[in-house]
Amino acid sequence: MTQHELSSVSRGEPDAAHHPAHTPLLLLIGNPNTGKTTLFNRLTGQNARMGNYPGITVERRSGDLTLRAAGAERVVEVVDVPGAYSLSARSAEEQIALSAVLGWAENPRPDLCVLVVDAGQLARNLYLVTQLLELDVQVVVVLNMIDEVRENPPNAAELSRFLGVPCIATDARHGKGLLELERAISAALELPARRALRINYPPALERDLERVSAALPSEWRGSAARARALALWALTSVEEDDELQGVDPALRTRCLEVRAQAGARDIDQEVIATRYALIDAELPKLYPRLESHPKKRKTSERVDRVLLHPVFGFAIFIGLMLLMFQSLFSWSDPAIRLIEACTSMSADFVEAHVPESIVRDLVTRGVIGGVGNVVVFLPQILLLFFCIGILEDSGYMARVAFLMDRIMKALGLHGRAFVPMLSGFACAVPAILATRTMERQRDRLLTMLVVPLMTCSARLPVYTLIIGALFPPSHLFGWLPVQGLLMIAMYLFSTFITLISAGVLGRTAVKGRRIPLILELPPYRLPSFTGTLSMMWRRAAMFLREAGSGILLFTILLWALLSFPRPAHVDQPPPPAAAIHQQGRSVPNPQLASSPAPVQGPSAIEQSYGGRLGKALEPVLRPLGFDWKIGVGLIGAFAAREVFVSTLGLVYGIGDADENTTPLRDKIRHERSADGSAAYSPLMGLSLMVFFALSCQCMSTLMVVYRETRTLRWPLFMFGYMTTLAYVASFIVYQGGRLLGF
Amino acid sequence: MNLAQTQIGQIVTVTHVAGEGSFRRRLMELGLVPGTRVEVIGVAPLGDPLELLVRGSSLSIRRAEAEDVSVGLGEVSSAERAPEMTGCAQAGGSLAPPGLASSAP
Repeated sequence: MTQHELSSVSRGEPDAAHHPAHTPLLLLIGNPNTGKTTLFNRLTGQNARMGNYPGITVERRSGDLTLRAAGAERVVEVVDVPGAYSLSARSAEEQIALSAVLGWAENPRPDLCVLVVDAGQLARNLYLVTQLLELDVQVVVVLNMIDEVRENPPNAAELSRFLGVPCIATDARHGKGLLELERAISAALELPARRALRINYPPALERDLERVSAALPSEWRGSAARARALALWALTSVEEDDELQGVDPALRTRCLEVRAQAGARDIDQEVIATRYALIDAELPKLYPRLESHPKKRKTSERVDRVLLHPVFGFAIFIGLMLLMFQSLFSWSDPAIRLIEACTSMSADFVEAHVPESIVRDLVTRGVIGGVGNVVVFLPQILLLFFCIGILEDSGYMARVAFLMDRIMKALGLHGRAFVPMLSGFACAVPAILATRTMERQRDRLLTMLVVPLMTCSARLPVYTLIIGALFPPSHLFGWLPVQGLLMIAMYLFSTFITLISAGVLGRTAVKGRRIPLILELPPYRLPSFTGTLSMMWRRAAMFLREAGSGILLFTILLWALLSFPRPAHVDQPPPPAAAIHQQGRSVPNPQLASSPAPVQGPSAIEQSYGGRLGKALEPVLRPLGFDWKIGVGLIGAFAAREVFVSTLGLVYGIGDADENTTPLRDKIRHERSADGSAAYSPLMGLSLMVFFALSCQCMSTLMVVYRETRTLRWPLFMFGYMTTLAYVASFIVYQGGRLLGF
Repeated sequence: MNLAQTQIGQIVTVTHVAGEGSFRRRLMELGLVPGTRVEVIGVAPLGDPLELLVRGSSLSIRRAEAEDVSVGLGEVSSAERAPEMTGCAQAGGSLAPPGLASSAP
């Protein structure tokens, strides 16, 4: 029988700075899915500040809690630590929880740890509790989701007696028990007292711990209990090839030595089994009745029999996903149209009231266009995060991962990557933002890198123009429309390449260690709309703040590239307002569109730096079948893929062209090369579509990847691999096609 | 016998957890230590992952991971006193497509 002891209460610890000006820091820690974030929102009133943990791109959310005790107000900073099942770690990412608790690696030292426990999953949650209590830090335990175990609730007072720290039962979703929790927090801050849990391990392990303790660096020895706990942590975390940060070399050597000398003994099992034996022995005393299959769970299991059914389950799943996709793809349309109309109205307004000048062009084409380019993403971001919020909150997101994991696993991805991947069919920008729903950095990165290969809605105008211009409406076998078939083929092609790329990149560039997939299927719950709305708002605000300025800047740069140097006299239409994001729907100018200006001499855009760059690129693009005009279009397409259409229009002297503009189609169809043959063949059209399918012609995507990874390395890598892929594939299509005689 | 080979609804006892280093430790930290009783309560329609009931908590792991967990047929020994194993044998039997639960490689 395992024993444990509660060491004497230590007061006035030297490591907590208690001067009056100090704002106390409170950490919320716990396993994933314990309602930690809901509690955080309840405590802080959803005024979260977003940041990153030092040295790692993991989101750090903090907010302020105002404690009102004994008439006095006291503000406490609360940090929501990423969910963890254990403090032992092998990567820097898994180390975050421990670093946050101990104030390592530039993390501020917390005054109190609030450990959130799912009352319905007590045994597994108590494992983390024992680890934390061994560390000799001040802890308040929250027995959350107590409403879900109403028929047989664990006894908070009994648990408090066992652990030796305050335990408060709460129901954060419905705001119950919060007052008691705030009172307990106040009391704990008022009278700092730590109680270390001492678990007696097998004698051989105790001897190992002493040896490891002796090698601890001096700054790791807070108290005897802390030193012992850190020795345990190091012994069960350090490996030959771990990626831990800040572990002293001497300690590392000692840990590896001790493990090597353990022989037939199994140190990991000794530690973990001893902790669980302690928990198992205590658990029956915490419940009124010996039954722990809560009713809520039984109801959920009955629902799952339908929702996870091989036939009905998948039918419902496909239906829900189609609904989500439809909302992203079509329902966002009116809002996008409105934003585009506002953008072009503002530009028109400026043009009508300000005399023609370079500054006016900068304002209308660069600034207004750039702002439009940013805001135009909002409808899809808001809609996607609305869907994600509802899916997560209701518990269905975990089922999506459960249903799709078999397929995603084959690609080296987590089941949770499915929703971001699917959203990639609408637009890569919200899809990349959605990767934050995945816990592991490597999974997020891999998903981010392949999502831009999916056929997004911005590629459609390009395909429509090319297919409309170069592929006459004919029928295969007399009934299959060739144009429609081509469109479907492009979708299948891009999906296929995405899946292949995920498989390849996951085994090369973002090779991750094999870690077990851990998935919990939480009971179904009614989603919280206020929580979802506040999350939508936070995500949108973050996008505007972080990616907005970059997208605006790039729009202005592209405008300048296609506008300078200015031609001597302007009789050509101006360069494109890059603000035409979706479907290239700028407000058409019927006069210009219906009567193409005869092209005499080079157009303004041809003389610009962008035009010259296009010409300089021609030798490189030739093997793909492209001429310099296409090259200029490709440069313009960086603002957003569909801007290719209007840029190409400008090259031909057609203003405000969209993919259905007849003159532009005719121009492409009748363009002649020097020898009088048709310049653009269907084969070149196919090559161009393949290029668009695979290349990363989208600065917004690159900008968002930069903001999410906080390093230039990944956006550059993404641009590099996608451009290479596009070039090689187009080359094969064009040259292969010519060899075959097309 | 390993965990991936057990039938849905069958209660077994963990005898050994294989695998290396942090991977194995993670499985044990989730409660799969030798001596623990486990029940497979469901299998995803495509055959993977498996849903387990361990110490009264539900948990899904992949078949590949479940293969690292050796199990024996779980007789209820008198030493077992954790409350989590009562009244849960009826769950989830209809979730699995026929044959998948027992067709581990």
